[in-house]
Amino acid sequence: MTDHAAPALKVQHPLTEMAAMFFQNRSAVAGLALLISILLFTFVGPYLYPTDPFEMVWTPLSFPGEEGFLLGTDYLGRDILAAMMAGGQVSMAIGLAAAVISVVIGVSVGAFAGYYGGVVEEALMRFTEFFQVLPTLLFSMVIVALFGASLLTVTLAIGVVSWTAVARVTRSEFLRIRELEYVSAARSGSARDGYLIFRVILPNALPPIIVQANLMVGSAILFEAALSFLGLSDPNIMSWGQVIGSNRPYILDAGFAVAIPGFAIFLTVLAISLIGDGLNDALNPKLRQR
Amino acid sequence: MTHSVQAAPENPSLVVRDLKVHFGGGKAVFSRDRPVVHAVDGVSFSVPGGRTFGIVGESGSGKTTTALAIMRLVPITAGSVTLNGEEISAYEGRELRQSRRNYQIVFQDPYSSLDPRKRAAQIVREPLDLMNIGNPRERDERVSELFTQVGLRPEQKALFPHQFSGGQRQRLGLARALSTRPGLIVCDEPVSALDVAIQAQILNLMARLQADLGLTYLFISHDLGVVQHICDEVAVMYLGQIVEQADRVALFSEPKHPYTKALLAAVPSVHATERDRRNRVRLAGDPPSPINLPKGCRFASRCPMAEERCRQSSPPLEDRGGGHKVACFLA
Amino acid sequence: MERAPLLSVTDVVVDFKTRHGNARVLDQVSLAVESGEILGIVGESGCGKSMTALSIMGLVPDPPGKVTSGSIKLGDRELVGMDQEGLRRIRGKDIGMIFQEPMTSLNPVFTVGEQIAESLRQHENASPKAAMAKAVDMLRAVEIPEAEARAKAYPHQLSGGMRQRVMIAMALACGPKVLIADEPTTALDATVQAQIFDLLQDLQQETGTAIVLITHDMGAIAELADRVVVMYAGRVVESGSVRDVLSRPRHPYTKGLIACVPHLEEEPGPVRKELLEIPGVVPALTDLGAGCAFAPRCGEVMPKCRQQKPVLTEAGDTQCVACWAVHEPAAAS
Repeated sequence: MTDHAAPALKVQHPLTEMAAMFFQNRSAVAGLALLISILLFTFVGPYLYPTDPFEMVWTPLSFPGEEGFLLGTDYLGRDILAAMMAGGQVSMAIGLAAAVISVVIGVSVGAFAGYYGGVVEEALMRFTEFFQVLPTLLFSMVIVALFGASLLTVTLAIGVVSWTAVARVTRSEFLRIRELEYVSAARSGSARDGYLIFRVILPNALPPIIVQANLMVGSAILFEAALSFLGLSDPNIMSWGQVIGSNRPYILDAGFAVAIPGFAIFLTVLAISLIGDGLNDALNPKLRQR
Repeated sequence: MTHSVQAAPENPSLVVRDLKVHFGGGKAVFSRDRPVVHAVDGVSFSVPGGRTFGIVGESGSGKTTTALAIMRLVPITAGSVTLNGEEISAYEGRELRQSRRNYQIVFQDPYSSLDPRKRAAQIVREPLDLMNIGNPRERDERVSELFTQVGLRPEQKALFPHQFSGGQRQRLGLARALSTRPGLIVCDEPVSALDVAIQAQILNLMARLQADLGLTYLFISHDLGVVQHICDEVAVMYLGQIVEQADRVALFSEPKHPYTKALLAAVPSVHATERDRRNRVRLAGDPPSPINLPKGCRFASRCPMAEERCRQSSPPLEDRGGGHKVACFLA
Repeated sequence: MERAPLLSVTDVVVDFKTRHGNARVLDQVSLAVESGEILGIVGESGCGKSMTALSIMGLVPDPPGKVTSGSIKLGDRELVGMDQEGLRRIRGKDIGMIFQEPMTSLNPVFTVGEQIAESLRQHENASPKAAMAKAVDMLRAVEIPEAEARAKAYPHQLSGGMRQRVMIAMALACGPKVLIADEPTTALDATVQAQIFDLLQDLQQETGTAIVLITHDMGAIAELADRVVVMYAGRVVESGSVRDVLSRPRHPYTKGLIACVPHLEEEPGPVRKELLEIPGVVPALTDLGAGCAFAPRCGEVMPKCRQQKPVLTEAGDTQCVACWAVHEPAAAS
């Protein structure tokens, strides 16, 4: 007898299943909707509201709503609504780019440490700890101060100081997965190290890395805001942090000029972390099988 | 380099000589030095082609490590493994990878032994792709053939592992192991994670595949009933060494080593009578750890018959006639 | 007059809500445990044997699970629908439970002595000193050598067999009337399993505690149990004394379950026989249909089996079977 009545045969790709799981999670869907609105606002908005964010258009620090300026003007009389749109593009681009940098560094370090173990692991993890114990804000300030406050150095500085978390997550996943039998099976199927690392272990280690990367975008946006707030960013480029930083002296007279970009950052980080939580659940096969 | 899909070599045989696998012992730079674990400590046996050699033992006996060492999945400390005259324990790098087509493994856990991100057909095909055996069309045909051989339906090729039942997953594991037409299949507890009704299906399938393809099995198990059913010759391991080895009939009808006797007596049986149950040997305690090994016989601390000399020197594995080997002074 | 059994489970139905629909995990399960006996529940994974234990303990995870109907009585106390506080008092005091993996059931940050003493203090209001003394006594009772020293050990310092002995000591500390043992030796080696079986048997004879042994291993049933209940897909398919069921199984599933295991023989013949197989796999509990759940895998299936669920009916002195082929064999021919 070789016949076996198969259990409910549903050919469902894991991705489809993950998507279904994600969309069942209401707060994750809310986060996604929020993020899409923010993206529309920053990237499509400027076409509907073509005002130069650097142009002085009205009396400085006028209250939102005055003279048709929905979000008011800043200390130089520039339109805050236009600054929010332009600044959002930069904040988000920096967030994304810095997250990509930290994921690339973190995954490489973590993967090699976790896969090879022994001396390689010891060396790489001590290297990671070195970066971990550095006061991150201070270290990035040093980088920016040394190499100048351009968009590129700010992004690199953020990426370089925040990859350690990704490295630790990747390493622990590699340590766990490399002991599983399907890795031995691939090895006895004559797989080389590169195949095992990138084609067998890494795809299975991705879920927590994706979640970590997602949170990284949020923290990179905050980081950029902190650097701008301290005046360590390119003054010729508008970003949310830049708006906060430049209006900082007038916070008592015109709190809205600081509160509006602050609120935008808050909403964006909230949206991203809601999505991150949703992804975390959707990528967890144990939850999926319920 | 391309190979055509070809038939298995005739009558392969596995010879293991004085195999040792020791773990740990290395000096770590920043953490404590690790003690040496003598997982496998001088194991020798040979398996004629087309037969099934069983290794039984409890956890910590080294049976699984022996299997993994033969598969070259853990580093061998000393000794040799020869398959069809090729000393596979001496191979490294490309030679080792090329030799792997001749020996494959089926794992215990049908859940962790299949990559959850790959489809069934891809899993079975993977060794063919990695070893560059046949052209893509031949590989597809081979996968179809294997699916039929292990009793899976062709439309199941596109499924992911989590969509299969435990028994079907183990069929996939068998198909993957068979894909390169190896002569030797190492089976590490292939049915112990399965429900009893499914166990029988897999055991019968394995017996059928052996008859059809002339496979040699190295069968690792803790289940004496299963070992008795499927093996031609059986070795009993205790703390990294073989304590008794004999053909199937002799080992089960005339066990000589006190450990073998105790192991047989411990198996709950549906046939045993009340009287049988009262009269049997029971072992006290747990096996000692493979880190601090006693200097004499390793079983002495739990042996009901142990004498002074058992604690002083360790008994060698000797042939007591008809290939029935025992390592005990008193047997 | 017939005495009421110590523990009786009557027509218990447990449903689980899943993404694929409602799964009837237990369907009209009835069984009784007399004081001082060992009752075995045997079946493959997913047959409902562990769920039966959880429903007795009032531990069915809710949600997604729910005891839909039926009654579970300990003496004359009804456990279904009892509040959590009442159940908590019964668990540990009147019903003890041991699990498959003793490592995960013990708290790693307390010594085993403290853990046994804790349950004594909760259920019997013992003073800390008296509780600790009793804990050491219990460790001695489960034949742990150097009990006083071992009481101060943490779970990870003990071997698997020792940990299971600690679990048994903890479960028996308050002198429960029933001990539920869910696959107590599956994670242990054969020689250690034999030790635990001997221990359970000795303790049962000393204390008279009834034991419900849940296992997939017919050998363990033969070894330990007085009566056996065979479950399949959430239903009881056969029950009776171990001797009768093992020597004359009536349900095709029971027959298959006994025959498909390669039993160790003392004088094996030189010829290897093919094992009997039960074809196919256990059905998904979400779509069981109207007929007998075993029908698709059954060698003796009749048209009626696919239409109507067979009811558990007496068949012999001690046996009850739920199978149309046994009750209405005429229809088969």
